[in-house]
Amino acid sequence: MTANRGWVWMYGVTGEPPGAFADGAAGVGGVPPRTITAAGLTAVVGDVGDGEYGEAALRRNLEDLDWLARTARAHHAILEAAAERGPVVPMRLATLFTSDAGVTGTLRDRAEDFRKALSLIGARSEWGVKAYAVKPADPAGAPGRPAAGPDGQATGPGAAYLQRRRAQLTASKDASSEAMASARTVYAELSRFAVSSRLYPPQAPDLAGQQAPMVLNAAYLVADERAGEFATAIDDLIATHRFVQLTLTGPWPAYSFVGEGDGSGPR
Amino acid sequence: MTGPGYDPVIQAERIALVDLLDRVLSGGVVIIGDITLSIAEVDLVRVSLRALVTSISGLMEAMDEPREYN
Repeated sequence: MTANRGWVWMYGVTGEPPGAFADGAAGVGGVPPRTITAAGLTAVVGDVGDGEYGEAALRRNLEDLDWLARTARAHHAILEAAAERGPVVPMRLATLFTSDAGVTGTLRDRAEDFRKALSLIGARSEWGVKAYAVKPADPAGAPGRPAAGPDGQATGPGAAYLQRRRAQLTASKDASSEAMASARTVYAELSRFAVSSRLYPPQAPDLAGQQAPMVLNAAYLVADERAGEFATAIDDLIATHRFVQLTLTGPWPAYSFVGEGDGSGPR
Repeated sequence: MTGPGYDPVIQAERIALVDLLDRVLSGGVVIIGDITLSIAEVDLVRVSLRALVTSISGLMEAMDEPREYN
């Protein structure tokens, strides 16, 4: 237990010191970052006050959407600024030490892991690709079709409704399985351009702010010189897969490719 | 924040936040720092966050006209 001392928030690790951060680069808690060097590595850290970041306070604050959003964005902003100058290994959110000595010890103890991670992500960037299941415009059996029976026999409004409804359900089921198949194809196709890939669970529609269900939530580690090819491949996939809507995000600091057990997704 | 008055900017920010939370809460190097929040606790955060965001967008849907696919 440490009282009234504050904490050292660890953002990430670089090889060379990343140089001075831009004036006004405020990190977590509004505090500008600083660096700690040991074992030929540099930790990017910030000093945060005791009030919000002690164990109990942190547990409570992580449940607060506004606090979590603010903190995640601040953590990300510093990592992104560092990543602009060179490879940086991100720490998971809320990696905290009571003093610089803890950070120094971690750099020494994990030096080999950090160096491996730095060499994996050097001159490479993380890109996010999400796919949403959508129904292409004008599916067969769209509402409003003439309600004539298949062999011209008279059909009442009830039968016409039933027929239309069946067609809609079939189209909907087909669209959904087409979307899943497209998601698998997209994932595999894009993996060809990536050094490594990782699948995240699809985000819930409400959480993602999208009505269409998400069928793919993937991250790719792509060599910077192949980023253009990767983007072109996405454009081609958008043109050929009508049942999914694709979105690209990034480049991200390599969050998804530095932890244990990460790396290649299924190929 | 549960009142009306959401604009597209806020909506766009929330979409990015979800992608960011995927990464900062389940990516990155896990170090046993001086405070350790276990994976299970982080998952609990995600669950309650999801519930919170769901209730907000449920409210928004209630205010919107119902939408359909083409």
